Amino acid sequence: MKLKLGIAQINPTLGNLDQNVEIFRKTVKEATDNGTELLVFPELGLTGYFLKDMVPTVAQRLDSRLVREIRRASKKLSLVVGMVEESPEHFFYNSVLYIEMGDILHVHRKVYLPTYGIFDEERYLSRGTQVRAFGTRFGRMAMLVCEDAWHPSTVYLASQAGSQILLIPASSPGRGVQKGAKLQISETWESMVRVYATLFMQFCVFVNRVGYEDGINFWGGSEVVNPSGKRILKGPYLDEALIETTLDLEEVRRARVASPILGDEDMNLTIQELLYQRGLRENGQPVEGNGGQ
Amino acid sequence: MAVNKRTGEVMAHQSPAKRKRSSAASRSSGNEARRSTRIANPNHAPPIPELEINVKLVEKLLIGFIENVVTKTGFSRVVIGLSGGVDSALCAYLAKKALGRENVTGIIMPYRLSNPESVQHGRLIVKKTRIRSMTVNISEMVDAYFEKVPDIDNMRKGNKMARERMTILYDQSAALNALVLGTSNKSELLLGYGTLYGDMAHALNPLGDLYKTQVWQMATHMGVPEEIVGKAASADLVVGQTDEDDLGFKYADVDVLLYHLVDLRCSMEELVEKGFDPTFIDRVDRLVRLNQYKRRLPVIAKVSARTIDRDFRYARDWGI
Repeated sequence: MKLKLGIAQINPTLGNLDQNVEIFRKTVKEATDNGTELLVFPELGLTGYFLKDMVPTVAQRLDSRLVREIRRASKKLSLVVGMVEESPEHFFYNSVLYIEMGDILHVHRKVYLPTYGIFDEERYLSRGTQVRAFGTRFGRMAMLVCEDAWHPSTVYLASQAGSQILLIPASSPGRGVQKGAKLQISETWESMVRVYATLFMQFCVFVNRVGYEDGINFWGGSEVVNPSGKRILKGPYLDEALIETTLDLEEVRRARVASPILGDEDMNLTIQELLYQRGLRENGQPVEGNGGQ
Repeated sequence: MAVNKRTGEVMAHQSPAKRKRSSAASRSSGNEARRSTRIANPNHAPPIPELEINVKLVEKLLIGFIENVVTKTGFSRVVIGLSGGVDSALCAYLAKKALGRENVTGIIMPYRLSNPESVQHGRLIVKKTRIRSMTVNISEMVDAYFEKVPDIDNMRKGNKMARERMTILYDQSAALNALVLGTSNKSELLLGYGTLYGDMAHALNPLGDLYKTQVWQMATHMGVPEEIVGKAASADLVVGQTDEDDLGFKYADVDVLLYHLVDLRCSMEELVEKGFDPTFIDRVDRLVRLNQYKRRLPVIAKVSARTIDRDFRYARDWGI
């Protein structure tokens, strides 16, 4: 199975849905013309990132007119879009939707909402509670949103759920300009994506936006790393781009044949030890080996 | 210190406590002392490797920033107060690259006691960048006021001059349908070495997250003439004034301390352990804290259910 993948490294406008829908339509058209089969947009690509009190204003119910329009567009190519999702209970989530042939196949609600430094997500948004993989016409995939990927447990969970392609839409702010080849944050992300592809023998698709919000830049640099740890696609830093490559799912098999590490994974060991550690914490006991601190 | 070591003139400086009430040491898009300024830091090497920046990357980020902020608000032009100093010179180079030379107007605003070198350096920037420019001498306006308040001291005079220049920049920004581009750097903003609603008033600021020693690196990279990068930084609000005399320490020293204090969040104990002089740490830490008010909106008394900036929270880029 081969998949022609497109990454929409776009520059959404903060809180301006109309303008962002225009960007979405234009990018979808261009990708469709290129024969793209799966097009991935960044985190909150339909809304912009530093929304603050605009969260309820731009939020979409999964049955909204806009989501219906995206479902119609998905008849030509599969789509991953990021938006604020409003649940029937009127809770708000930083969600990514996988939409294929008119259907929403999967919704991932960001589970780790950064609320420190320049980030303030948990003030405005609710946490997702699941990390799951899902079947698509191309193979089994999982999605994580930006900060989720800074918790390796989420990638582990996705892998245990059978992920062959891990999609990571992000809105990563650029920072760290000390002398060196690139932004410090880019170095960190690139290491993480490479490790996650290599260790879990899956395609890792990192989709980051560009542009500025209140002086904060988003650095782009979207990329795809294959299951052998080789980067097969790289977007420009800081500039908009529609970039494309072909994923050959046979490479997942090849990597897993060469090093059958995943098959050796002992899920029970992990669960047993985590339950043990949780028990210690609940009893207020120190974590072992921590010098009794 | 209250007296300029070189000229013996009373400086635009007060104790931090007094500073807080009267909006502090004056630092404007100034124009300067009568005699040639000395070379402060001829090589402009970063004082420590951690303060060395990737100048090409920062150039791209700052040009993108200026272009983004200006165009997304529906403008295409900026005005910059050209003091003849390195901050405004660097801003002119960056703005020209971001917007094109015809969209950048440098305004030179000398006072009769300003150092003639300041105007010369302002003009040199205009010549090098080929941006638009105008000169507005502020002597008549501010002297008219100074005559009415004979007891005015140098600090108040400096602040008045900085605010006079602000009104000119804002008026010209309206005339030219432009935004006012500010030039305050991170060192000044943290230390409060600026005039509230004077040089600190502007719509966008590309340099506010760069320490002075990093501004020097950027200016060298962008090709700002060495005579401007290399001269002693001065607000030129008082004859013979220099920043480092006013502040009582060198940028090369204070930037290293601020980097450890702000960026690395070091505790007092850690700073002393690293060899910083406790008196120096205390002084700088006080300046940073006492000047916090200058970096925020005026404080609002909350009475309603939804108050601006407390629970009415929107990005500045709200829907634009």
